[in-house]
Amino acid sequence: MTISKTSSGSRARTFLTRLEGPQTMGRGPAFWIAVTVAAAAAAAYPLIADAWTVGNAAYFLIWTFMAMGLSVIWGYAGVLSFGQTAFFGLAGYAYGVITLNLGAAYGLTILALVLAVVIGGLFALVIGYFMFYGRIQGVFIGIVTLSVTLVLETFMAQTAGPQWRIGEARLNGFNGMSGMPPLTLPWFGGDIVLYPGPSLYYLLLGLVVVSYLGLRIMLNSRFGNVLVAIRENPHRVAMLGYDVRLYQTLAFAIGGAFAALSGALYTAWGQYITPSSMGLTSAALPIVWVAVGGRRDITATLIGTIIVLAGFQMLTIYGSQYALIVMGGLLLVTVLVAPQGLVVGAMTLLGRIFRRGKS
Amino acid sequence: MTEILKVHGLRKAFGGVVVANGIDFSLSAGAMHCLIGPNGAGKSSFFRLLLGEHTPDAGTITFDGSDITGLRSFQRIRRGISVKFQVPGIFKALSVRQNLEVAFQEHRHGQSLSATVREMLDFTDLRGEDKTPAGILSHGQQQWLEIAMAVGVEPKLLLLDEPTAGMSPDETRKTGEMLHDLNSRGITILAVEHDMAFVEQIARRVTVLHFGSIFAEGTIAEIIDHPGVQEIYLGAADD
Repeated sequence: MTISKTSSGSRARTFLTRLEGPQTMGRGPAFWIAVTVAAAAAAAYPLIADAWTVGNAAYFLIWTFMAMGLSVIWGYAGVLSFGQTAFFGLAGYAYGVITLNLGAAYGLTILALVLAVVIGGLFALVIGYFMFYGRIQGVFIGIVTLSVTLVLETFMAQTAGPQWRIGEARLNGFNGMSGMPPLTLPWFGGDIVLYPGPSLYYLLLGLVVVSYLGLRIMLNSRFGNVLVAIRENPHRVAMLGYDVRLYQTLAFAIGGAFAALSGALYTAWGQYITPSSMGLTSAALPIVWVAVGGRRDITATLIGTIIVLAGFQMLTIYGSQYALIVMGGLLLVTVLVAPQGLVVGAMTLLGRIFRRGKS
Repeated sequence: MTEILKVHGLRKAFGGVVVANGIDFSLSAGAMHCLIGPNGAGKSSFFRLLLGEHTPDAGTITFDGSDITGLRSFQRIRRGISVKFQVPGIFKALSVRQNLEVAFQEHRHGQSLSATVREMLDFTDLRGEDKTPAGILSHGQQQWLEIAMAVGVEPKLLLLDEPTAGMSPDETRKTGEMLHDLNSRGITILAVEHDMAFVEQIARRVTVLHFGSIFAEGTIAEIIDHPGVQEIYLGAADD
């Protein structure tokens, strides 16, 4: 028993040491103090902001899962995918269909959320399997994934007729589905309904923290080591005895599951989902968020996505087309000036200044 | 001595170009063997066929008693064949340590990964460079790093495609010592090489390939004295 306790303790320590590693920026007490302060500030935000603003902040958090998933697929595994919105949209619709049929009692919305993520993740697994085991590589991955999301958009857009229903849920074609319940938590004396506001914000903040830390551990694990090695030289990885196709498929499925989480949460947040969530513009935006922040680092992706989303929303007030042009410009500037990402560039610069100050 | 590799009637053609023309070849376990021949003789293609990167049109490859002709590359590597390419196939953006960790993490269950990495840093004389991005190592160091990575899969057979290409005489001599060290640990070595001095340093037996066929085979002295080999290869070795 003692031996087993010691070994499980040592395993837990090994597990936690993977919070830091070569695949993720940021290490040491100063970094973790900064992370804690940022998380505490985010937790304190609802105390100083009104409910609408907090609900809006929750909206930003929803998208970070899709961005972090894309960082895993594109930044770490080196596979540029335009298909995150396919899994986002599928999970969004799945949440709607399940909740409209099952209702919101007894925490069934949480079950719907989990099922939607599983459905989105499994779809990503199947698409990934056919792509990677079918030897599709490079730019063709981008073409196939973009086609998948556009086909889904086109399909959902033609489901306006009354025959397009799953149980109680009408798919409603281009107008989209609405009327599904928000997330509910079963509680003594009545369910807690998580409308956009502080309660949903706290749930999302918790999910972001857990996802971020979980991904750091995964990316610094042996699995993460192999992913970045595949990005650098897939031929050599195969010649070290790894099945590259399997690793790429798993990375694609994990990234897709995170996009699905975003999709299901988005539907629960707005009680609304339309085919345009899988359209061309929607498919391109995650690429911009992740590239601008720094696709090869999960922290840079997280920070960059929130900043770009907030900027995008501010610009949208002056016109959504105008905001899209700025996003395109931002992508161009990133590619030309800081191809590793603006947040990564800033963090590297800060690190250099900090080290110089110390020496 | 038992045969670790046996190739029978191996044939591969790309259109009208025949890169392997019914090769019959065998290698004893524990051998240090060199493969030489003029450019275009089919040496690298032969390696690709052994590694499963090319599918043969005919013939069989038996490794360690099993037919591996239909296996994929990674499956052959898991059976115990490893390779060092002519152009260093390392992960240039990753540190030397990360390169070694990826190579060794699945194959060293008896020893901790960090202990194995330390051992290989010593073996390759790269201690002190463990945090250096592999892409900025000197050419010779990159070659050594890749040899160390190739050892990571605990191979029974190590294929080396021109392991000393672009190396200084000192680096070449040291590479030879490394390969003798690996051979003394029980790893069979098959190397494609142009540098005859290096071939003399490492090989007990040499096979000459020409137009995708075995042209001659023997000890280094027999090969050097072979008039046909002189004509097709050694006479033109200095161009």
